[in-house]
Amino acid sequence: MIHSLFLINNAGDLFLEKHWKSVISRSVCDYFFEAREKAVEPDNVPPVIRTPHHYLINIYREKIFFVSVIQTEVPPLFVIEFLHRVAETFQDYFGECSETTIKDNVVIVYELLEEMLDNGFPLATESNILKELIRPPTILRSMVNTITGSSNVGETLPTGQLSNIPWRRAGVKYTNNEAYFDVVEEIDAILDKSGTTVFAEIQGVIDACVKLSGMPDLTLSFMNPRLLDDVSFHPCVRYKRWESERVISFIPPDGNFQLMSYHISAQNLVAIPIYVKQNISFFETGSSGRLDIAVGPKQTMGKTVECLVVTVHMPKVVLSANLSATQGTYNYDPVTKILLWDIGKLNPQKLPNLKGSLSLQSGAPKPEENPSLNIDLKIQQLAISGLKVNRLDMYGEKYKPFKGVKYVTKAGKFQVRT
Amino acid sequence: RLPKTARSNTPPHIYITMNEDLKEMLESNKESLKLEAMKRIVGLIAKGKNAYELFPAVVKNVASKNIELKKLVYVYLVRYAEEQQDLALLSISTFQRALKDPNQLIRASALRVLSSIRVPIIVPIMMLAIKEAATDLSPYVRKTAAHAIQKLYSLDPDQKEHLIEVIEKLLKDKSTLVAGSVVMAFEEVCPDRIDLIHKNYRKLCNLLVDVEEWGQVVIIHMLTRYARTQFVSPWREDAVFDENSEKTFYDSEGRRVDQSKPYIMDPDHRLLLRNTKPLLQSRNTAVVMAVSQLYWHLAPKHELSIITKSLVRLLRSHREVQYIVLQNIATMSIQRKGMFEPFMKSFYVRSTDATHIKTLKLEILTNLANEANISTILRELQTYVKSQDKAFAAATIQAIGRCATNISEVTDTCLNGLVLLLSNRDETVVAESVVVIKKLLQTQPSQHSDIIKHMAKLFDSITVPMARASILWLMGEYCEHVPKNAPDVLRKMAKTFISEEDIVKLQTVNLAAKLYLSNSKQTKLLTQYILNLGKYDQNYDIRDRTRFIRQLIVPNEKSGALSRYARRILMAPKPAPVLQSAFKDRDRFQLGTLSHTLNSQSNGYLELSDWPAVAPDQSVRIVEVVELAGAPLLGKSKPGKSAEKFYSDSEEEEEEEGSSSEDSSSSSSEESESESESEENSDDSNKSSSSESDSEKKKKTLKNKKLQQQKPDILNITYLPPQIIQKALLLFIMTKFFSIHIVLAFSNQFVANCRCSLLCLCVFLACQFDAVSWHVRVSLQASFPVFVPETSHELLHRMTGKGLSAQYRFTRQPCIYGNSMVSLQLTLSNSSDQALENIHISEKSSTGQNIHRFNAIERLEPQASVTVSMGVDFNDSTQAANFQLCVSIQPAVGELLLPITMTEADFTKEQGKLLGMNESSATITMTPENISSQSVNRKVVSVANLGVIPSSQENIHRRCLNLTKPTFWNVIKKTNCS
Repeated sequence: MIHSLFLINNAGDLFLEKHWKSVISRSVCDYFFEAREKAVEPDNVPPVIRTPHHYLINIYREKIFFVSVIQTEVPPLFVIEFLHRVAETFQDYFGECSETTIKDNVVIVYELLEEMLDNGFPLATESNILKELIRPPTILRSMVNTITGSSNVGETLPTGQLSNIPWRRAGVKYTNNEAYFDVVEEIDAILDKSGTTVFAEIQGVIDACVKLSGMPDLTLSFMNPRLLDDVSFHPCVRYKRWESERVISFIPPDGNFQLMSYHISAQNLVAIPIYVKQNISFFETGSSGRLDIAVGPKQTMGKTVECLVVTVHMPKVVLSANLSATQGTYNYDPVTKILLWDIGKLNPQKLPNLKGSLSLQSGAPKPEENPSLNIDLKIQQLAISGLKVNRLDMYGEKYKPFKGVKYVTKAGKFQVRT
Repeated sequence: RLPKTARSNTPPHIYITMNEDLKEMLESNKESLKLEAMKRIVGLIAKGKNAYELFPAVVKNVASKNIELKKLVYVYLVRYAEEQQDLALLSISTFQRALKDPNQLIRASALRVLSSIRVPIIVPIMMLAIKEAATDLSPYVRKTAAHAIQKLYSLDPDQKEHLIEVIEKLLKDKSTLVAGSVVMAFEEVCPDRIDLIHKNYRKLCNLLVDVEEWGQVVIIHMLTRYARTQFVSPWREDAVFDENSEKTFYDSEGRRVDQSKPYIMDPDHRLLLRNTKPLLQSRNTAVVMAVSQLYWHLAPKHELSIITKSLVRLLRSHREVQYIVLQNIATMSIQRKGMFEPFMKSFYVRSTDATHIKTLKLEILTNLANEANISTILRELQTYVKSQDKAFAAATIQAIGRCATNISEVTDTCLNGLVLLLSNRDETVVAESVVVIKKLLQTQPSQHSDIIKHMAKLFDSITVPMARASILWLMGEYCEHVPKNAPDVLRKMAKTFISEEDIVKLQTVNLAAKLYLSNSKQTKLLTQYILNLGKYDQNYDIRDRTRFIRQLIVPNEKSGALSRYARRILMAPKPAPVLQSAFKDRDRFQLGTLSHTLNSQSNGYLELSDWPAVAPDQSVRIVEVVELAGAPLLGKSKPGKSAEKFYSDSEEEEEEEGSSSEDSSSSSSEESESESESEENSDDSNKSSSSESDSEKKKKTLKNKKLQQQKPDILNITYLPPQIIQKALLLFIMTKFFSIHIVLAFSNQFVANCRCSLLCLCVFLACQFDAVSWHVRVSLQASFPVFVPETSHELLHRMTGKGLSAQYRFTRQPCIYGNSMVSLQLTLSNSSDQALENIHISEKSSTGQNIHRFNAIERLEPQASVTVSMGVDFNDSTQAANFQLCVSIQPAVGELLLPITMTEADFTKEQGKLLGMNESSATITMTPENISSQSVNRKVVSVANLGVIPSSQENIHRRCLNLTKPTFWNVIKKTNCS
């Protein structure tokens, strides 16, 4: 399966290699560099590259390319999914998955990679098991370790790996037993010039933070489970119960995890919380243009829209922008050609507006197409789909846990065409 | 630009100095220094720098006690063993030892590292280790064994046959942990041995939901292949139906035959589809894709729609996941538009998508286009044409072209739109439009001569070679429609011929030839000029073409008949090109595979076979015996019954099964236990009753004797002699995984007032058997005696023995001759003045006790003494053992006991089972100076061979207990104030 893994940063430096079978020379990466150069943007590098003797399957995350070397037929998604798990594990262990943290913790990284794959086949990918095998670094522990010389490798052997519920370790104990659920919904939408919805859907996830002692058996039920059109679950969820009763019954992993994700598709009516009025035009002569954007609330269910940001990828010919905003700040980066307007909280009484002129490269033809606007926003205490958690019951343990549910709506890929 | 490999190398001398100090650190005695050194070495390995000369220093630490150090050494070892084979051998013995470790995780990790060391010499050792691990009790070790199979196979393919045997064994494993790994090994080593799967097919289907996600992917892919060889096509119905509609006209016979046997899906086929369906909800994208491809390749067409939603959901995932999923959707959408049409909007392109994602989405949108939705799609495509990403805009134009040819209603609209694009400012857009228009015009050129004229006008401004070539070709092909423009274009081309691209030159030659044939008056000279230029071109293709054209069109004596047909050859009507998807032929590969992604067969790709025309024997999958050695009852289970079990929705059951198998006992063994228990139970009760009646008479006689033999003890405890009913049962419960050795004993209790009738005893026995015995799972372990008396007793005085004196002593050691014997040490000394010969115990023993005699002492010299040990089975009685030496030894009650270790809780539990008649208590009055626990302790142990169990309660001083046949002593101190 997975033969070797190379980590390469954005500048093209290979800074870590790991082999699970015999060693493959790092010169195999030259094929990757070739493709990387051809693609210009890192996002455009093809995920699967063929070389005369190997196949390179890569992912790009946090400015790092994870390039894996494959020799024989394997489902490409298998490898891609695994590489993302690796990245997520690093993030989990070190707080972020960047070149610096990986280099700083190279020994732990190596130990993790050693445990995650055996002969190229995934062995332990559950973070709960890994954390029992190799303890994540903390400032305190690394200090103690340097003084006493003790190690990060767990002395105890993981119990979860051997049990039927590999995601949970045995003997969990907390003084405060608590279970929090975050219902996070993202609106993916494309609006056209006139503001009508071309396409909209809701992608939701329920993130859980469960810190409960023992082996609790939880049941989460919704007020309106019929809303959920298409769902995917963490392996701990009993699918049969969902099919028959539409409740989520599970023995949770310990700590943070994603319980489920769901999809409310375009067929259902998706509420669009804001409207955008825009007018961007470039003049044929004088190499200049005009920009006028106004944002206002639409269907917000009485909640305030926060963290409103408008991003515009300007055409290459736009040199600078001279604008004035009635609310928030704007910034135009002439190198990346990105105009960023950070509005903040949306005030329904006084609608924010950004107006002014753009100056273009003189002599260049005027841009063919107007740039589209990407919107980012956040609404607290609201799940835009109307999904509501009804109750959470716990069985199997005697104590009374502290429970909480939070709702957030965000903009996902929210785009306004102009 | 330098290759990266060269760049990262620093001059070699730097390592040498660095490695020297690492070596020193490794050779130091300090654990922390060694660890630090190993960490730095791992850092070097990670950077791809060489650290192999440290091998001898590192390998020494392979047996380190420090777990982290050991792990890091393993990392190093696996990395460099191949390069340092001889030195690597030094570490092998460490792993061999660890393979026998009682801890399963240590065994597993030893096997993992051992099998990862790629040294051919140790292949036999690896083979042996794998075979052993494959039968290990721990499923985790067996999983590791499955992994090791692949490693060994890649190291030495000659071991294939042996490895297949191990795979066969492991495939039978019921543990969910093992399933994924062993199927992986199967796929790698012997994917063609489909016969190994038959018996395990249903089990794999049923286990699938509980297997870890990576294993699921592998198993699903394997089962897809399996199913294609074993079941008949579920699509047959549609196919037959189609055929029928054609056939009915002339063959009504065939139709009737077909209808008489409608398609019935094999229940096993259905089982697979049903059990994989819930996995579409997995969070692992690879699992969802695997199930989707399984449905695509195996499910009846009308059930296919359930995978659509899940696939569309995956589009929210990472960019790389989108790429693979979109590719597969593209292939699917060619064959089955209907599946994805409702989700068309999910494939709308965003400006932030990566280029390859955009192109794939476009591809799918084009595939989905039909008469009903074309207007929506075209509107969407129009916005894409304006995209800043020009490569994508060009792809959009091609897509429009494809829509136009596929759906004739919109051809004109599309063509007009494309013509508008010709005035676009961007060159690539224009060029692409020209190419697409060219293709479209071929379908109906006569109506569009104005478009061709328009293009001729544009010719000067277009510089992209492909577009120029396309226009030239159009001019030539339809020169009759544009008689005025064509020669003019040729004139222009003659001027610029030398500086054109090759493809344009070729088309210029073509145009010249066609015009020469149709309008030779105007173009003869121009043509000859161009042909001359072409004759001396650098490119041999152009020279060849020129030579060929010249011979063809210019009649001369050599060319003969051919030139007469020149017009027909060059101006032949050409079929319009078919614009089709690039994914058209991808369906020859199994979906979701690497080969499908690359559209070429990759190494190790296993072809998906076609459905068999006739289904192979279904019965091969029937598992008749739920395999349990020595459980005949289960063997009898009817096949019908087992089948029912398989098809009933038995998820709950499986979960239980899974969980119990993790607990190192398996569900099957548990089942068998209860079976065999009941069996033996009945056996035993029979036996016991019979043996009782046998011994009954003996006991009565004994009883009378014993009553007189009571002796006052040191502590003045009066014991009634025990009523002896003894029945020891040795029970072996052999199960698949383990055997429990239960020694049952009853009635070795000192029953007070032994007046209980035999009837009572029988009842008691029966009760005891049921209540107590089966709960004794803990094997009782004898502990060391607390107190060993040093005093010897006179057995034979030298006067009576005529010079031979003998002393005996109870050693309180477990007897080596048998569990039920008490060991006895005899010291024989010769106090006479002549040597004694052949001292032995005579064969016949008066009382019938079982005595293990000491070997005859051939000769005992005067004044010499010899110590021998012997075992006497007193049958837990105080009956004297008599043997000829004229000695009779009567053991003190206390000597019959053997202390065992047990917790207080166990003690109380066990004691609780022996209440009532088995209980005897006595009160002892003691002087206050003897009351301290130590003294009581001392006194009790000096009298009886007992163990002490620490007690939590204060007033209960000691609880001691005995031997294989539990007797529980509770010494309770009641403080009397007076």
